[in-house]
Amino acid sequence: MKNQASSSQKTSKFGLTSLFNRFISFEKGSTFLPPFSFGVWIFFLAGLIPSLIVGWIIYPMALYSKQPQPMNFNHALHLNPEIVDGIEGDTETERCLFCHTFREDGTFAGIPKLDKCLECHDDPESPLGETPEEQEFLNKYVAEEQEIPWLSYFRQPDCVYFSHIAHVKIGDQDCETCHGDFGRTEKLPAYKVNRMTGYSIDIWGRNIAGYKTNTWDRMKMDDCAECHTENDLEENNACFVCHK
Amino acid sequence: MEQQKGGIYRYGMVIDLDKCTGCGTCMIACAAENNVSVRPDQTDKERTITWMKLYKITNGKEFPHTEVSYFPRPCMHCDEDGRGHHQPSCVSVCVATATKIDHNTGIVSQIYTRCIGCRYCQAACPYGARYFNWWDTYFPKGKGLERYLSPEISPRMRGVVEKCTFCHHRLMRAKTQAYAEDRTDIEEHEYTTACAEACPAQAITFGDLNNPEHKVSQLIKSPYAFRLLERLNTKPKVYYLSTKDWVRKMADNYLPGEFKPVTKVTG
Repeated sequence: MKNQASSSQKTSKFGLTSLFNRFISFEKGSTFLPPFSFGVWIFFLAGLIPSLIVGWIIYPMALYSKQPQPMNFNHALHLNPEIVDGIEGDTETERCLFCHTFREDGTFAGIPKLDKCLECHDDPESPLGETPEEQEFLNKYVAEEQEIPWLSYFRQPDCVYFSHIAHVKIGDQDCETCHGDFGRTEKLPAYKVNRMTGYSIDIWGRNIAGYKTNTWDRMKMDDCAECHTENDLEENNACFVCHK
Repeated sequence: MEQQKGGIYRYGMVIDLDKCTGCGTCMIACAAENNVSVRPDQTDKERTITWMKLYKITNGKEFPHTEVSYFPRPCMHCDEDGRGHHQPSCVSVCVATATKIDHNTGIVSQIYTRCIGCRYCQAACPYGARYFNWWDTYFPKGKGLERYLSPEISPRMRGVVEKCTFCHHRLMRAKTQAYAEDRTDIEEHEYTTACAEACPAQAITFGDLNNPEHKVSQLIKSPYAFRLLERLNTKPKVYYLSTKDWVRKMADNYLPGEFKPVTKVTG
């Protein structure tokens, strides 16, 4: 009887409760280091949280260098027919094409040259508006006939051939589908370029995890292919349609 | 000649070897058009890149009977069977999907940024039409050569394979022009390769083999038309014309007595 009692005592000592107690607290004189002690959790989190912050916030910020545009351009103002007389076109896309034109051979002119600006801002002495940007533009570029060194947000890599006219005229796509609401912004955002690849953030996508909510969030090959597939144009996913 | 099957367009080339004088203009025009890199030592022919290459062949006879012919050799743009089973030999071996045949145009593409440089395709190509870049693109400085570079062609980097693309950028250019004029189809004269355009003897004709109105589809019906290594079943879209039997015989490996010269010519 005595032996039985002592053995039951022994088992309770090594029961679940005592094991749990050993895990969460240091036992005096014990060489067994509990893996989930409170102190270890502190150190674990102290390492994990900063590394997550570095990986998801600081690194993506450090990856891209920020360059301001040479001067601001107010797209919303220029696309408003009530303010700007010269702007023509019924749809937004047509109004975009007023400055961002197609050349006669169908190629896309991209960011307008100074000549296009001078169609309205032809006189350096008499500004049309009162903003400091326009004053700077007239003094610095128009008076000295210098092209504005715009930074292109949407420059694709060299191996890519993109036909704007195939998408806008034949495919009937809006500018907004790929370029977002640039036409309604009042300030040009800073040009962010990947320090390693040299590509703009608008090509790679702003979300470091690769999530995409709008069609204009990213301009990678998968995004092109996704839209082609959705519109039953899978033959346009052939390599030599967009590569050169 | 069997009719090509597959997609809508089947761009192909007919080279009249009787007209070819071997001047080499096609090679020069091709290299200039496609930003083909040069080497400091261009005589090292194992390392130079020539998308369009001119071969000289002779009938091997003694002086009074000696005959010479020249063979311009672009990429043959071997065709598929249209069912996805039979691919050009370079396409079926590519491990990186860097080279593919376009089902719509029949042009075999090569994407340099995708190529990993394993050179399987180079080994698989029976025509030697593929070239490996052992070095980065090089153009001698101070010679003004860089001013001739075309922005429509992506330069190749070290470690990738390149080849003739049938001046694919000219197809893009023609398409863009057509879209600007509210058309979706391309006329025969709008898309032609640099070699065909430059050939002073007009030995090279380029067009759509599927379109009976194009000159190439009429030329390939000639009894003198043949293709290189035709019996490998690679279905090349580059045809040759030669009235000389020994030239046609050289285009493939024939057993003694197997080659049949053209005897009856109609029309």
